[in-house]
Amino acid sequence: MKIHEYQAKAVLSKYGVPVPRGEVAFTPEEVHDIAKRLGGPVSVVKAQIHAGGRGKAGGVKLTKSAEEAETAARELLGKVLVTYQTGPDGQKVSRLLVEEGLAIDRELYLGLVVDRSSQRIVLMVSKEGGVEIEKVAAETPEKIHKVFIHPGVGLLPFQAQQLGFALGLAGDSLKKGVKMMMALYTAFLATDASILEINPLIVTKSGDLLALDAKMNFDDNALYRHPDIRELRDVSEEDPLEVEASKFSLNYIRLDGTIGCMVNGAGLAMATMDIIKLAGGAPANFLDVGGGANAEQIRNAFKILMSDKNVKAVLINIFGGILRCDVLAAGVIAAVKELGVPVPIVIRMKGTNVEEGKKMLAESGLNFATADTMGEAADKVVALAGGR
Amino acid sequence: MAVLLDKNTRLVVQGLTGREGTFHAKAAAAYYTKVVGGVTPGKGGTTHEGWPVFNTVADAARETGANASVIFVPPPFAADAIMEAAEAGIGLVVCITEGIPVVDMLKAMTFLKDYPSTRLIGPNCPGIISPGKGKAGIIPANICKEGRIGIVSKSGTLTYEAIDQLTRQGLGQSTCIGIGGDPMIGTTHIDALGLFQNDPETDAVIMIGEIGGSAEEEAAAWIKVNFKKPIVAFIAGQTAPEGRRMGHAGAIIAGGKGTAAEKMAALTAAGVRVVKSPADMGQALVDVMKK
Repeated sequence: MKIHEYQAKAVLSKYGVPVPRGEVAFTPEEVHDIAKRLGGPVSVVKAQIHAGGRGKAGGVKLTKSAEEAETAARELLGKVLVTYQTGPDGQKVSRLLVEEGLAIDRELYLGLVVDRSSQRIVLMVSKEGGVEIEKVAAETPEKIHKVFIHPGVGLLPFQAQQLGFALGLAGDSLKKGVKMMMALYTAFLATDASILEINPLIVTKSGDLLALDAKMNFDDNALYRHPDIRELRDVSEEDPLEVEASKFSLNYIRLDGTIGCMVNGAGLAMATMDIIKLAGGAPANFLDVGGGANAEQIRNAFKILMSDKNVKAVLINIFGGILRCDVLAAGVIAAVKELGVPVPIVIRMKGTNVEEGKKMLAESGLNFATADTMGEAADKVVALAGGR
Repeated sequence: MAVLLDKNTRLVVQGLTGREGTFHAKAAAAYYTKVVGGVTPGKGGTTHEGWPVFNTVADAARETGANASVIFVPPPFAADAIMEAAEAGIGLVVCITEGIPVVDMLKAMTFLKDYPSTRLIGPNCPGIISPGKGKAGIIPANICKEGRIGIVSKSGTLTYEAIDQLTRQGLGQSTCIGIGGDPMIGTTHIDALGLFQNDPETDAVIMIGEIGGSAEEEAAAWIKVNFKKPIVAFIAGQTAPEGRRMGHAGAIIAGGKGTAAEKMAALTAAGVRVVKSPADMGQALVDVMKK
């Protein structure tokens, strides 16, 4: 799960991570009041969307008065920002963060992630802050410094110091840096974060360290033990169909093709998308109905597939293990009868009780195309989608 | 003998009294597997479907001689269940549970380093089956056929797909290992391939990977140097968009890394026969066996 910058900063400051003074606003008037309250010579108005690259896309404005801040807010609210992370459709701005401007001496990078190969949480830093870190990693990997954290003992002071020295920190700033890294690791662990990025982490002219930006993603599997973080979810940043699917524990991701897919199992669902592409079509979605899907879930899955107006044909690919083919067939027949699915449907079933399932489909009086193998199913559905 | 399971396997089911645990314990017992009991904390001393239930894995191991365990407990308790099994001296621990928090698995993986004789399969996997010998997990036995092809896969239903394609080609399976789709897993592709390499009953292998992480690239490097048997690979997610988690917790292309194209190129360079279409796994295996 993703959250906004202002929410991440609120979470982090609870763990003692220094962040600039600031408040979130939803209207230009609120922005005006906050800028006035902050009182400094400069305030920064930042668009809050779930994507990086906002500065380059014009989503961050430096303003010198409350009036200027309000004007900036009028410009930003409702604007669609297109950044390298949003995709071509961009993301609409409906919240702003207003912060005090700071005298920046240096911009650094800090990130915490779970590293799969080493099975450790990795803390990495770089002097190259404020830019796309993926670029730094690809072009000049030697400029990124890492420590691997043992889950039993946590981040050790010497490791944080090592990174502090690598960042060129000294004296008081080094002490502050070590303290900040310890606080960030504590926050990462305590909230079951999956990514925590401070880019840039700034050193001010007076030698203070602050998180000028903050990105936090969380492990969906651990949200059950963090009700406070679950509340920070902003569904307006997500695809409405994906939000709807998540209510029924359906794993759905919307894509831009014309062939709706309904599959059990994540691997088979991806493979089904792949084979559609190979057959010359384009998948409209990824949809994993899971191993224990019942008739009700099949019905909901159909509703979601049919809400996507790009869908010209549907491919159902089910390998029944625990999910029995007769149960699937009953669910599909009921859903099609109830919803009156207006596009051709190709069904490929295998595994447990497949013969009963096929018989039920044949006797339903409904017009399903069936296929025996994945290849045959893909060819059929692509032809049907193209024929309309 | 087959890989991992044989006639000496004595299986305990952690979470036996739950719906899934009960269903799959019965299915395993009906398929050559010696299921010796179950563990459900608080229900020790009772019996369930004729099996003795214990409070702890240690009790079960002591009383029944269990040497393998399959875990069906809910995600919040599953990492704990893995560590408990290892501490009780269980040699083979198969964790089916999907949705374990990553931080819990970080701890479990570190803990397991102190128990080198315990092999973890999974989590978030369908488990293992050795056709005609036994199973620990949820792979349906009715699609399998006894034979000499090994399968190692990150995905459950794609494993079934591969089994079905082989069976239709008249090729049976020695052992099918579902290693799981989580970012942090016990047995890796390399570990499973190592087992197949040393198994005289396995002649060739189908390896199934998916986007995310670098396990397939690491396996490719290993295969190039060490693996001597014919091998076919398929990587799921060739059309997956970047930055989206495709169902499995580990299946995500992040920062341009973990794409199917990279993995397929690495495996091809290592001499693996890589198929683009998931429908071609069985036929490709027949082809590489002829060479």
